[in-house]
Amino acid sequence: MTNKLIDELEKDHLKSEVPQFEIGDTVDVHTRILEGDKERTQIFTGTVIARSGSGAREMFTVRRIVAGEGVERKFPLHSPRISQIEVKRSSVVRRAKLYFLRDRVGKAVRLAERRT
Amino acid sequence: MVKGLLGRKVGMTQVYDDSGRAIPVTVIEAGPCHVLQVRTPERDGYEAVQLGFLDKKRPAADRPRSRSSQSRRSERGHVTSRLNSKRAKRRQSAGVQVVPKAECEPQRFVRELRGAAAGVEVGQVVTVGQLADVKAVDVVGVSKGRGYTGVMKRHNFRGQRASHGVKKAHRQPGSMGMSASPSRSFKGERRAGQYGNARVTSRNLAVVRVDEQRNLLLVRGAVPGPNGGFVIVKETNKVG
Repeated sequence: MTNKLIDELEKDHLKSEVPQFEIGDTVDVHTRILEGDKERTQIFTGTVIARSGSGAREMFTVRRIVAGEGVERKFPLHSPRISQIEVKRSSVVRRAKLYFLRDRVGKAVRLAERRT
Repeated sequence: MVKGLLGRKVGMTQVYDDSGRAIPVTVIEAGPCHVLQVRTPERDGYEAVQLGFLDKKRPAADRPRSRSSQSRRSERGHVTSRLNSKRAKRRQSAGVQVVPKAECEPQRFVRELRGAAAGVEVGQVVTVGQLADVKAVDVVGVSKGRGYTGVMKRHNFRGQRASHGVKKAHRQPGSMGMSASPSRSFKGERRAGQYGNARVTSRNLAVVRVDEQRNLLLVRGAVPGPNGGFVIVKETNKVG
């Protein structure tokens, strides 16, 4: 259930340009992080396996394999700390949540590329 | 007057602060509130300000026909002096001084805020703007009612084992106390019973934002009660 008042409040926190990407895309997520008083950008690359929530609270999950170990990071879509989301590759997927990738190892993790 | 007012819980969301951190907030529709009455030590024996929040529908008919419409009239009589009743006319012709009234619609949610009431007048309107320079608030609400619940839900008891001979006692509290001595159970033992639907105060919630245009107040963290529940917001009495 959404409430009008809450929707209006959240409007101020939405990004003016919402990054466009889809489930199954391989993306580079640029995160601004503060180290002491220096700011630098960290990039997390992986496959988008889920989007959840709505409005200013929308989150997306990115999964990648690091040193043979599956790593998932969940980002708030509208966070000002997410400076950029670059789509590297799109895939053919038929569902909204790709949780089945968690049970797959090696070659089976690959998704067919979508060509337009 | 104590900095505080009445409101309604709208719901929760999150906002980002300057450094980009997400803060969980509860949105409260706070005020505007009419001052319905000012309690003074001379007349009432204590000091307080009585506030009302949200207009209530007037009864369709203005003339009393039944007992219930009579009571609604008395609610109107509490907020307005322009009651077109026989009694009001009689009193007027007799020259009885009418105490000042707020001259507003009957209010849905009426509560008193205790504390010094100097400088507050009946009929004054209190808005959320008065909380603009307040750091933290206490929020009073009525918690969600859960009905008659067992000890596991109500007091976080652990219950008993699923197997190893436990028979039909998996969610029961277990022992209530000792045996022949003291031959009774102590008072205050935590047991099953009504859980929720009680007045709860959440103290020292940080004020994140005050939106005077939309009469909204954003406080950090959760507030007792369901969305749409009435709450009392006061400047916190927590020291330090």
